[in-house]
Amino acid sequence: MSQPSISKSMTIGESGLAAVFAVTAFLCVIAAAKALDAPFAFHASLAAAASLASVFVILNNYFGRPAALPPQEINGRPNYNMGPIKFTAFMAVFWGIAGFLVGLIIASQLAWPALNFDLQWIQFGRLRPLHTSAVIFAFGGNVLIGTSLYVVQKSCRARLAGYLAPWFVVVGYNFFIVIAGTGYLLGVTQSKEYAEPEWYADLWLTIVWVAYLLVFLATVIKRKEPHIFVANWFYLAFIVTIAVLHLGNNPALPVSLFGSKSYIAWGGIQDAMFQWWYGHNAVGFFLTAGFLAIMYYFVPKRAERPVYSYRLSIVHFWALIFLYIWAGPHHLHYTALPDWTQTLGMTFSVMLWMPSWGGMINGLMTLSGAWDKLRTDPVLRMLVVSVAFYGMSTFEGPMMSIKVVNSLSHYTDWTIGHVHSGALGWVGFVSFGALYCLVPWVWNRKGLYSLKLVNWHFWIATLGIVLYISAMWVSGILQGLMWRAYTSLGFLEYSFIETVEAMHPFYIIRAAGGALFLIGSLIMAYNLWMTVRVGEAEVQAPVALQPAE
Amino acid sequence: MKAILSVHNLASDFVTTFWTPAFVAIFLAIVAYAFWPRNKAAFDEAARLPLREE
Repeated sequence: MSQPSISKSMTIGESGLAAVFAVTAFLCVIAAAKALDAPFAFHASLAAAASLASVFVILNNYFGRPAALPPQEINGRPNYNMGPIKFTAFMAVFWGIAGFLVGLIIASQLAWPALNFDLQWIQFGRLRPLHTSAVIFAFGGNVLIGTSLYVVQKSCRARLAGYLAPWFVVVGYNFFIVIAGTGYLLGVTQSKEYAEPEWYADLWLTIVWVAYLLVFLATVIKRKEPHIFVANWFYLAFIVTIAVLHLGNNPALPVSLFGSKSYIAWGGIQDAMFQWWYGHNAVGFFLTAGFLAIMYYFVPKRAERPVYSYRLSIVHFWALIFLYIWAGPHHLHYTALPDWTQTLGMTFSVMLWMPSWGGMINGLMTLSGAWDKLRTDPVLRMLVVSVAFYGMSTFEGPMMSIKVVNSLSHYTDWTIGHVHSGALGWVGFVSFGALYCLVPWVWNRKGLYSLKLVNWHFWIATLGIVLYISAMWVSGILQGLMWRAYTSLGFLEYSFIETVEAMHPFYIIRAAGGALFLIGSLIMAYNLWMTVRVGEAEVQAPVALQPAE
Repeated sequence: MKAILSVHNLASDFVTTFWTPAFVAIFLAIVAYAFWPRNKAAFDEAARLPLREE
């Protein structure tokens, strides 16, 4: 065992990162001292503290670790790196609960406005981006990063590339979430939907995201499996496109290097078009391509069946890539955007129906020969119902992008209902299903603590989704019809406040649906916690254990 | 200046005219690759990839 002592030395990553973080800490202290506004001073202080903590952790880890870095293989089997994945799984559950809770609070504020207590920090306008970012980027992002780092290792039969790099990605990404989220509460925003974080947070995310791309690519490059499995294609499309979208939508000039406010480079309708090119492709590549990657790995694995049609997966992947990028203009129907651009966006949105359903069919049909498992395995049921919701919301979306339908649906609650059938039904359920699979795998457990609790989670959350989306359909269509109702004399029949009053009962139903969804996620958190704490360890360890990192 | 503009217009005209057939051609090539009979065995093998790892 005792190897001839290799003289221990720092890797370039260790010494380089420690030095960079030390300098960053120093610069952030200066920035905090010279800050023009309080939120910027707060964020600079946070960054200084985090940088110092990073220097400490890197050095502490170096002095504690053995001279040799973890081997790539142990006894001819890949020595998979599960530490960063465990971290993202934990953070995903934490941010998920936080995001659902904030969603419930703002849903309740819409039903009972007094609940904002006249405090600026918890106004709807500040909590709403906190909710969307927490569920999409914090919850969804951690699920995507965690599962991608797992799937790329397993399907390439290679240990994750890099020693500190994977940790830099997962911790750095979550630090971005903290900066973004606390910024919203303090009123820091560049007022672009789903791209609210200000310039300094955007710059940090760019660095983290490039590191993520490099870790993922380097792992693919050193793969032992000759074929690159389709899930990796979807993950790669997600990573690359999000990088391009982020850079395209966020070029901004800060008013001062020591202040949080910046102005975007784009002006007028170009700004609007860039924003919805970004916004809709965030839906297409963050909330669709990334989670389709999860579907292509976790559904076959859980059902123990091969992918139904690998050919279909190739065709629908490329169809999705070629079509999605043009769909953005449907967010700007009947605006100053040129008419032909609106029609172009509508046309591509309608065509998107085909690759979307190609994916749905492929996911559902993967169960052929294993349909009976739906009765006994609530985790598989969750994954399959998520694919069904994907099919439903990708049918509804193209329909709503048609201009005449949009003239009724736009700016109403119908849009909110549509988004949530995709977000709660598709993204939420496929993430829960993936977490229920992933946690026992990476913590080396025989199975989940309780399948019965998964069943409870499934039914409570499903009931919540049904309440949510049906309330929003009725409310949205009612709202749209009331807005366009004329009297026989040609006057608008309803004042705006009358339409708001009509929404009230549906807002209460929606909040009830959200509460059920939150309760479901709490059941999941308990179940996963108990799986890690008291779950029976897998006897034949499929994954070589490695020293804690 | 005028010359630069006209070259630029030429290039952008070319791109705006031909990206549609170019992308359609690339996509059709991908479809042909996916459905090429000789590739079937390799794809059927790839479909089982998640099941045969350790």
